[in-house]
Amino acid sequence: MSAKLPSSLLRRRDGVVAEIAFVWLARFAVFAPLIVLGWLLGGLAIDGLGRIDWAFITELPSRKAERAGIWPALMGSLWLITLTAAIALPVGVAAAIYLEEYGRQSRIAGVVEVAIANLAGVPSIIYGMLGLGLFVRFAGLGKSVIAGALTLAILVLPIIIMSTREALRTVRDSLREAALGLGATRWQMVRQVIVPMALPGILTGAILAVSRAIGETAPLVLAGAVAYISFAPDGIDAPYTALPMQIYDWTSRPQKAFLVNAAAAIVVLTVVLLLLNSVAIWLRNRYQKRAY
Amino acid sequence: MRDTDVPAAKMSTRGLQAWFGKQQVLKGIDLDISARRVTAIIGPSGCGKSTFIRCLNRMHELIPGAGSSGTVTLDDANVYDPAVDPVMLRRRVGMVFQKPNPFPSMSIRDNVLAGLKLTKSLNKRRPAEVVEKALRQAALWDEVKDKLDKPGTSLSGGQQQRLCIARTLAVEPEVVLMDEPCSALDPIATARIEDLLHTLRDDYTIIIVTHNLQQATRVSQRTAFFLTGECVEYADTDRLFTSPGDRRTEDYITGKFG
Repeated sequence: MSAKLPSSLLRRRDGVVAEIAFVWLARFAVFAPLIVLGWLLGGLAIDGLGRIDWAFITELPSRKAERAGIWPALMGSLWLITLTAAIALPVGVAAAIYLEEYGRQSRIAGVVEVAIANLAGVPSIIYGMLGLGLFVRFAGLGKSVIAGALTLAILVLPIIIMSTREALRTVRDSLREAALGLGATRWQMVRQVIVPMALPGILTGAILAVSRAIGETAPLVLAGAVAYISFAPDGIDAPYTALPMQIYDWTSRPQKAFLVNAAAAIVVLTVVLLLLNSVAIWLRNRYQKRAY
Repeated sequence: MRDTDVPAAKMSTRGLQAWFGKQQVLKGIDLDISARRVTAIIGPSGCGKSTFIRCLNRMHELIPGAGSSGTVTLDDANVYDPAVDPVMLRRRVGMVFQKPNPFPSMSIRDNVLAGLKLTKSLNKRRPAEVVEKALRQAALWDEVKDKLDKPGTSLSGGQQQRLCIARTLAVEPEVVLMDEPCSALDPIATARIEDLLHTLRDDYTIIIVTHNLQQATRVSQRTAFFLTGECVEYADTDRLFTSPGDRRTEDYITGKFG
């Protein structure tokens, strides 16, 4: 038998209801997007999965829905995304390194910071207009893959710069001091200490950027993607279309069969996106392990 | 009373002043640091002692808004001469920091070699020899010789700090600056580092900032007492602690303030 418990030790009731309510709200907040996403992808898979076969991937678009394929759009998207990453990643990472590691004391850095944050919120159609004016017309690139990729590169640049800066900021200053104290130059410090440690975060930014770029349609409408094309791009100056353009084109047609095609193309687009991201996630995990 | 047997100065400061923005933290320091001796800098928090040693290898100027004036010489050469590259200076005047800061992405071996790898000066020497020599100097070799490939951050705090000392010594500096190197360590780890300092002074000129007055008496031959950005007294350690020449020094070492 134990003595009567003092009231100071008893389980309290006030605040418990609020906490339980909050935890359930939080659980709902976690699962709601998952359910919506699952419903969306599930619906698409039901509609489109049956339509996907080898011919659908490798065939050219056609006026007859059952013969139409996505080959030029798929290749166009891969070209676009490869070029966009190749342009935006080096520029974005370099800009972030400059702002974080070299320009911290300069006044320009503050101005640039505000500008980048604002750019990230600009509607993508505006980037399309910029691409049309700057790359397609002024630079004379015409309606080519490279003009589209440059447009998308500018679109994702703020995402890459901001996430890279965030990643660089997570590296403790004591490690910068350690490197400089050993007689390293700033460049040696950045290259051999800071960037390796920030790499997982930088790759996360790359994932976000690529995901954003591969799904964009609006800027491409302006920056030169064509709705119908009968061949895959064979160079950076070739005309092109992209999967989101193809999907947009098909969904706007009255025939039901084209809607099925669109659903199937969305499934392919999602798979391509997941494949690209899994490469980046694999890389990130490799480097995270190395950074202990 | 005169201090006896003061060897030639390895580093000297004349009229050294330093700022953080508009706040002046050093108000004209004149100090001669003897070669192959341990010099302790003591004083209450905020007296400028850390800033002082950070001026000696030009780490102070890396902080945004920080500035300094006056001269600092290393072997009679002014290290603030515009022609001096601070990067080259820091290879001759190494630094150990308050908190152990091994590179988390590197093994124990690579941490020791970090200075040489970072500065691309490794190829002429044998890495294994460099690692063993530096770790022996830092009295860490026996504890880690079988796990050199383990991450540096897997060691205990005291071992990490000795690893950081080994990393600094591997670059073969002439002067080693230590900014409260034991403040994050337990007494046993502290004792090991203090023992280490006695052997290191055969080869290196050491300047150690410390909050711990007993530590200053145990490890140093010369002691400087700093107060609000000025050097109040600078003398042989024995003399400064037994018969201080300034009232403020006496108040501080007897615990009346700080």
